[in-house]
Amino acid sequence: MTTEMTYRQAICQGLTEALDEDPRVYLMGEDIGPYGGAFAVTQGFWEKYGARRIKDSPLSESAFVGAGIGSAMAGLRPIVEIMTINFSLLAIDQIVNHAAKVRYMSGDQFSVPMIVRTVTGAGASVAATHSQSFEGWYASVPGLYVVVPSTPQDALGLFRSCRELMDPVMFVEHILLYGSRGEVSDGVKIPLGKADIKKEGSDVTIVSYSKMVQNSLEAAAVLENEGINVEVVDLRTLRPLDVETIIKSVKKTHRVVVVEETSKFGGFAGEVVSIVQQEAFDYLDAPVERVAGEEVPIPYSMPLEKLAIPDTQRIVSAVKKLI
Amino acid sequence: MPRKKTTNTKAKAVDDIAAVAEPIDLNQEQLLEFYAQMVLIREFEKESERQYTRGNIKGFLHVYSGEEAIAVGSINALRQDDVVVTHYRDHGQALVKGIGPKEAMAELFGKATGCSKGKGGSMHLIDAEKGFMGGYAIVGGQLPLATGFALASHYRDEDKVTLCFLGDGALNEGEFHECLNLAKVWNLPIIFFCENNLYGMGAPAKDHLAAPDKIYKMSEAYDIPGFRVDGNDVLEVHDLMTKLVSQIRNGSGPAFVEAQTYRIQGHSIADPANYRPEDEVEEWKLKDPIPAFKEWLLKNGHATEEIVEQMHKTAELEIVEAAEFAEQSPFPANEELYTGVYAE
Repeated sequence: MTTEMTYRQAICQGLTEALDEDPRVYLMGEDIGPYGGAFAVTQGFWEKYGARRIKDSPLSESAFVGAGIGSAMAGLRPIVEIMTINFSLLAIDQIVNHAAKVRYMSGDQFSVPMIVRTVTGAGASVAATHSQSFEGWYASVPGLYVVVPSTPQDALGLFRSCRELMDPVMFVEHILLYGSRGEVSDGVKIPLGKADIKKEGSDVTIVSYSKMVQNSLEAAAVLENEGINVEVVDLRTLRPLDVETIIKSVKKTHRVVVVEETSKFGGFAGEVVSIVQQEAFDYLDAPVERVAGEEVPIPYSMPLEKLAIPDTQRIVSAVKKLI
Repeated sequence: MPRKKTTNTKAKAVDDIAAVAEPIDLNQEQLLEFYAQMVLIREFEKESERQYTRGNIKGFLHVYSGEEAIAVGSINALRQDDVVVTHYRDHGQALVKGIGPKEAMAELFGKATGCSKGKGGSMHLIDAEKGFMGGYAIVGGQLPLATGFALASHYRDEDKVTLCFLGDGALNEGEFHECLNLAKVWNLPIIFFCENNLYGMGAPAKDHLAAPDKIYKMSEAYDIPGFRVDGNDVLEVHDLMTKLVSQIRNGSGPAFVEAQTYRIQGHSIADPANYRPEDEVEEWKLKDPIPAFKEWLLKNGHATEEIVEQMHKTAELEIVEAAEFAEQSPFPANEELYTGVYAE
C-alpha cells in the first residue's frame, strides 16, 4: 500500500511518530511552537504536544543546538530544527567540535543521538545569506551522518532510520521540495548509506542528491526523447556514501556526470569524482563531468539567481558532451 | 583563613536567595578532607608539570595550581549524581568529582588506561559515571552542553543540579549570553560558575571586559541572581554553593557565581607569564588557598602540624603511584584509532 503525500507531510509524519512512540523525543527550534515552523512542518504540534516537548527556542543557535547535544548525552532524543542551513553557521562549533567529537574524545562514553533538521538550497529569491548549501561541508566531518532526501518516500524512510542511530545526524531538507508530492509506501524504512537508482539507464550515469535529483530526472526525460538513455543515482546520504552503487552504475554506463547545487570549487561532487577515478578508472570512456553552481554568492534578482544555480538544460548539455 | 564574610554579602546582587551569612556546619573530618583534596590537586599539578618536561605529557597542559579552593568548595556541595561540565583547565575539578589520579594522569600520558582511553588528553578528562561530563577545550563551548544536561534533568523532572564552570575569557563569548538567557527562560537547574583568574590566556580580564569589577552583575540582565565569592577561600565557596545547590534543587532556576582567584602558573606550561606584574604575582602568592586554609585549620584546632604533614605525604605518595601507573600503562592499540567514531 502507498499513500500520496508531500515532502512536508512525510517529514511531519516522521516527527509525529517519533513524538508518539518515544517519550525521550522532544523538538526544539526557532518558531516551531505557536508559529508552526518556518516551513510549516510542525504546524499544530505545539497545541498537541505542549511546550515541554515542543521547545520553542530563543534565537540562540549555538545554545539550543548545544543544549540538544547535552541532553542527548544525558539520554534524551532531541530533534533540533535549525531554520535554515545558513544559520547552522551560528551553531557550527557545537555541531563540529562537540556533537561530532564527544563520543571519540570521551573514549566512547557518550552517545549523541540527536537529529538536526535543517533546510538547504537556493531558488527561493532570498538572496546570498539564505540560499546556501553547506551539507557537503558537514559530510567532511567524521562523527556526523548527513542525510539529503529528494522525495517524500525517502524523507520518511530515512527519517525512521535516523531515529535508531546513536550518533548525530544532519537531516537536510530542500527549501523547494516541501510541496513536492510522491507515493510513500506503508512502513517504509530506508537504511543510511544506500543510494537509490531513481531511473535506470545504460548510456550515462548522473550522480546527484536532493533537489538536483529532480532536475536530473527532468534532464533524463529530455535526453530520452533524443535517444540517450540516462541512469540517475540519488545518493540520499552523503555520509555514509554508497560507493558501491555509484561504481556499479559507472561500470555499466562508462560515463558520469555529477550534479550538485552549490558552487563547484571544493564541492562534494569532487569527492565523488575522486572515488570514480580511483575505483573505476578503466571503465570510463570519457572524463567525468561536473555540473554545479557558479562561483558567486547567490544573487537576489530572479534572472541572475537562475544563472547562478544548475538547471535542467545545463545537465542536458553536460550529458551530451560525453556522448 | 581569615574568613571575610562581608565581601560576599556586599557583593550579593539579588536578594531573593537566602543570605550567605550563616556558615554551613562542617565537621572536622570534612574540613580535613577538603584540605586533603586541595593538596592532592596541587601535587597532581606539580607532577604533571614534571612529567611534561620529561616528555611524557604532550600538547597543551593547563594546570589548576592556585585555584583549588574553587573545585573543592563547590563540587563538595553537590550530590554524587549531580553533573559537572567544565573548561580545559579541568584536572582539579575532575579529581574532586571522583576521577582517580591514576586515570587522570594516564589520560595526560595518552594511555589506554586514561579516563577517556587516551583519546581526550589533559583538556578532555571525562567520566560519565562519576558525573564529570567533561573538560571542553573551545572557550564557551561547554556552556550549551551544560545547559543541555540541565535541560534533560528538567525534562525528566529529576532534582539533579548541573554545575558549569567557565573562565573569565568565556564571559565574552556569545554562548555565555545565549545560555544564561535560555537557562532562565526555561528555568533550568544550573549554576554558571565563573572562575575569574584575572587572565584569559595572556590578556588581563580588565582590558577585555567592559566592566571587570561587575562580573557577578552580568547575570542581572537575565534576571539570574549573581554572587561573588573569594575563590581562594574554600569555606566561603562551599557555604555559598551549598545554599545555591539546595535552592536550585528545589526549583529556583539558574544562578551565577563569580569567584576571584589566580593562576599561580602561566596559562599553559609553555607560558612563562611575563605579562604579569611581579608585585601582583607576589601579592597573590600570599593568598595561596592551601597555606591559608592550613593556617585556619591550625588556628581553629582542627589539625596539628603533624596531621597536615601526614596529609601532604599521603598526597605525594598517591601522585607518585599515579605517575607510575601512567608510565607503566600501555598506549592505546593501533586499532583504537578507528573505534568510537560512531556507535558500534
